Amino acid sequence: MKSLFEKVWEPHVVVPETEDTPAILYIDLHLVHEVTSPQAFNLLREKGLPVRRPEQTLATMDHSTPTTPVSSLADLAVVSDTPATRQLVQMEKNCEDFGIKLRGFSSPERGIVHVIGPELGATQPGRTIVCGDSHTSTHGAFGALAFGIGTTEVGHVLATQCMLQRRPKTFAVNLEGALPRGVAAKDIILSIIGEIGVDGGTGHAIEFRGSAMSSLSMEERMTICNMAIEGGARAGMIAPDDTTYEYLAGRPYVPSGADWDEALERWQQLPGDADATFDKQVTLDVSKMKPMVTFGTNPGMVISIDDPVPAPSGSDEAFAKALDYMQLKSGTPLSGTPVDVVFLGSCTNSRLSDLEVAAGLLNGRKIAADVRMLVVPGSQQIKDAAEAKGLDRVFTEAGAEWREPGCSMCLAMNGDFVPSGKLSVSTSNRNFEGRQGAGARTVLASPLTAAASALAGAVSDPRPYLD
Amino acid sequence: MEPVTKIVSKSIVLPLDDIDTDQIIPARFLTTTVREGLGEHLFEDWRYDADGNENAEFVLNRPEAGGCAVLVAGRNFGCGSSREHAPWALLDYGIQVVISTEIADIFFHNSLKNGLIPVRVDEQVHARLLQNPGLDVTVDVDALELRVQGFDPVLFEIDRFARYCLLNGIDQLGYLMQHGEAIDAYEARLR
Ligand code: SF4
Repeated sequence: MKSLFEKVWEPHVVVPETEDTPAILYIDLHLVHEVTSPQAFNLLREKGLPVRRPEQTLATMDHSTPTTPVSSLADLAVVSDTPATRQLVQMEKNCEDFGIKLRGFSSPERGIVHVIGPELGATQPGRTIVCGDSHTSTHGAFGALAFGIGTTEVGHVLATQCMLQRRPKTFAVNLEGALPRGVAAKDIILSIIGEIGVDGGTGHAIEFRGSAMSSLSMEERMTICNMAIEGGARAGMIAPDDTTYEYLAGRPYVPSGADWDEALERWQQLPGDADATFDKQVTLDVSKMKPMVTFGTNPGMVISIDDPVPAPSGSDEAFAKALDYMQLKSGTPLSGTPVDVVFLGSCTNSRLSDLEVAAGLLNGRKIAADVRMLVVPGSQQIKDAAEAKGLDRVFTEAGAEWREPGCSMCLAMNGDFVPSGKLSVSTSNRNFEGRQGAGARTVLASPLTAAASALAGAVSDPRPYLD
Repeated sequence: MEPVTKIVSKSIVLPLDDIDTDQIIPARFLTTTVREGLGEHLFEDWRYDADGNENAEFVLNRPEAGGCAVLVAGRNFGCGSSREHAPWALLDYGIQVVISTEIADIFFHNSLKNGLIPVRVDEQVHARLLQNPGLDVTVDVDALELRVQGFDPVLFEIDRFARYCLLNGIDQLGYLMQHGEAIDAYEARLR
């Protein structure tokens, strides 16, 4: 009677946990990006250590890369000698010095680290995956144990391919029923966070399970696991099934022939046993869910598009501060609030299907005149695939900007930002104060809701647009 | 890392719940490739107004906050991103202890690896600390005891291994490297 988590955790224990010491856990795949790795590479240099398994290390640049066309990093360095550019140059050097293949500027495989891992098939069921980035939880959608680590730990993994870990507790989130039309995976995870709170998962690895799971695509599952961290969880996981195997077959890092058969047999053993137990459980009915929007400054401050902004319970200073920051009032609906910026992108919602549903809504229509809409595909491959389908033209004809891949306005490190005081409807994962730029006001929503809001020029329910 | 055994300081209070890592150190300061210097931008958007002037209301800008190494914060401190820049910024500024009822996972572990002590307390102790800024606080890492002026001492929890590393200034990478043979053997089984 083992859960999915236990089936992945146990075979990766190199040295078991004791009361005095954490377990030494083996890491199959280490994802590295430019922002959280420089100090770790410096540490290796100081100590004269090599990277133990460069071939198990996948590196890209995403956070501080511009989303305007630049042909090479050398070109960028000429026109802009900024700290961001210097960080990118340093990343190239670090990868070169330590023998790591970098999906750099001119790579056709570059993109947001959590988008390209699955896309290349490096993310596989049963693997342990870490990255100096909290949204590493995304990879759990494949039945991997994947979590974010700090830079010190990035150094540990680079040097030893292992890390010190205490075993987390387990938390089952049971999702039952079928998703109504106009309601997206993003709305599921926002509903869950609204239910359990931004600290509801602290100390736990969440497994999303139940009858709703089988009908969800891999892209939808990734959206859900991506935001497990916003519920405080260390990891989010979903048991692999035929949808998972179909997605993976034929991808560059995935084995083929007899090796595929062997891998498949292993993967099929991973789903948790029927009598597996969890430290905590919650059940939600997906069929009752609605499009969700955040009204405050963390992802747990979320309501359905039909509801008014709630009142704080008691004297809650943080709540009052959040409403003040957002310039919103309790009792008034969020729907209809004027929108300045719409951002379609980030590791939560920048995959081909996200772009497709948004383009479906925008096709033949124009976004509101005073709205700036930025569409940033999650990877070069997604950008190419979207262009092959003509989605770029749908977006630009509707009045949106079509950009190069990267994190972009999700955290506003690369020059793309929401001006102070402006309201943004964003498909990203964090509505923290200043996340999209100092003073920026962020409403998190699904790609459908974001597209509908761009058309209306105000926060809008996408469902009427679907009829 | 230098050993960390005991911290004695007056407390400063930031009573908000869910203070996230983007508030502790906004993303635009993450372009650095070193650890030093981040204290200058700790809580940047709360500390300074849009023109870069100090916001006199903010706790770090009040005269009595000078030299304080203990920060008492609302519930769920450090939620959000995995950026180790958050504990680096706090330490660089001079904060050595963070006290709350709940402290987010990744931040908690990142803090310990850098010698910033995360102290979880119950709601009663928390409420007293929140209501009384400027108390004399002693955080004893050896005894895992929090002693606050005028109140009974309370115990707090830190993983035994992390405590051992703090007290002895032990680098966890060194500990991992000692297990090189076990890691070799594990990899040999895989291949
Ligand atoms: S898209 Fe946003 S959340 Fe995702 S990795 Fe980039 S910065 Fe982090």
